[in-house]
Amino acid sequence: MKKNLPEPDAEALYRALLAQVNAGLVDIPDPVIVGIHSGGAWLAERLAADLGIPEERLGFVDVSFYRDDYAEKGLRADVKPSHIPFEVNGASILLVDDVLYTGRTTRAAINELFDYGRPAQVMLAALVDRGERELPIAADFVAEYLQVKDNQSIVLHRADDGIFSLTVEHAS
Amino acid sequence: MLPNPQLNQHGELQHLLTIEGLPKEVLTHILDTAASFVSVSDREVKKVPLLRGKSVFNLFFENSTRTRTTFEIAAKRLSADVINLNIAASSTSKGESLLDTIDNLTAMQADMFVVRHAQSGAPFLIAKHLRDTGREHVHVVNAGDGRHAHPTQGLLDMYTIRHYKHDFTKLKVAIVGDVLHSRVARSDIHALVTLGVPEVRVIGPHTLLASNLEQMGVRVFTDMNQGLKGVDAIIMLRLQNERMNGALLPSAQEYFKSYGLTPERLALAKPDAIVMHPGPMNRGVEIDSAVADGSQAVILPQVTYGIAVRMAVMGILGGS
Repeated sequence: MKKNLPEPDAEALYRALLAQVNAGLVDIPDPVIVGIHSGGAWLAERLAADLGIPEERLGFVDVSFYRDDYAEKGLRADVKPSHIPFEVNGASILLVDDVLYTGRTTRAAINELFDYGRPAQVMLAALVDRGERELPIAADFVAEYLQVKDNQSIVLHRADDGIFSLTVEHAS
Repeated sequence: MLPNPQLNQHGELQHLLTIEGLPKEVLTHILDTAASFVSVSDREVKKVPLLRGKSVFNLFFENSTRTRTTFEIAAKRLSADVINLNIAASSTSKGESLLDTIDNLTAMQADMFVVRHAQSGAPFLIAKHLRDTGREHVHVVNAGDGRHAHPTQGLLDMYTIRHYKHDFTKLKVAIVGDVLHSRVARSDIHALVTLGVPEVRVIGPHTLLASNLEQMGVRVFTDMNQGLKGVDAIIMLRLQNERMNGALLPSAQEYFKSYGLTPERLALAKPDAIVMHPGPMNRGVEIDSAVADGSQAVILPQVTYGIAVRMAVMGILGGS
């Protein structure tokens, strides 16, 4: 169910994020990008295309096997395979997620990356930071800070033509 | 109708005892999840932390090195602690009952039992006992019970077929050999029918075919050349040596003449048909070496996928 307030312009936020990432990666040789399924994967795909980062330096992770709520919630029905086509040892990784919230997803993603190797550094980009962190995690690049109620979630959508939109929905 | 003993009140898989009666969605969920586990085995660290701190007991009352090993690898790649019980040398041989063994192991904080037993229904008995004694949090996986079911083999066969053929709803699949005694055949038939394969065939001599096969939704052939015509996948069954001693079959050579999969017979199937076998193979009895080692054989990939499928099953059970 959609919510009242004016919904943020995801395309404008994406352009802001792209500009930040573009500036932030200037001094980093051969960075790689890893998107967290599913919203972060869409963003990572588009960032890689706009930054001229080739396919072999673009990866995706699904953190389902690393989540800390597995014992309560079990495995989601729509787990996607993780795909890391590059050597993680020594890589400078830009991790991308759509919404940064408690930090638990980021923690799980970092854990997963380390099972592929020891990266030189991991940076984090998020389209939206909604605060309320439960772990000591911060993003390097954020397009917008948004506050929503505990029972709401911010959801990124990608239309067939690739255009992004954001909605604020009541969490189920 | 009684509720399915494998599902909890939310319809989630609680135990995996048989494919019979499981909804298509549950089977598809397992296959989809397995696809995500395949790549875990290619990584530097071949482990995910899902079952960290959990104890999986392999209870093999009947020997099977391959199945036990693949369950052990799967559980270890989920970070579980695996305890293999050598039943032949343990308390059961001193007269302890099956359920007493289970009670003792749950007192050691077992979280999951992987059970292979010569008696059909043994894993059901264990699951029922756990439920009756209020220990629903302990899960049971059937790793083969008597002639009844071998659900993870059935699922890994489905995974393999889907990997190579993509869409179940256009396929002809033949199962060849000792269907009568085969729990693999039974699990495969239930899975193929549930997943929407329009034509499931079984091929074998009358003495090795069960009487109720048509009711299971399959076409029966006693002539292998007829049965193989135009199929997309061939599942060969192992001919168990002990069948040769009875009156069921004349000899291994005779059997090979009529039901051995040779390159000539394979040519009757579709040109891109795949050849599967649950192992261990009897070369020259049910399958010619030229086929077993040929380009259409996917017997070794089956083994690899079997690990991912077992990881998926244990991963789904452990979170339900």
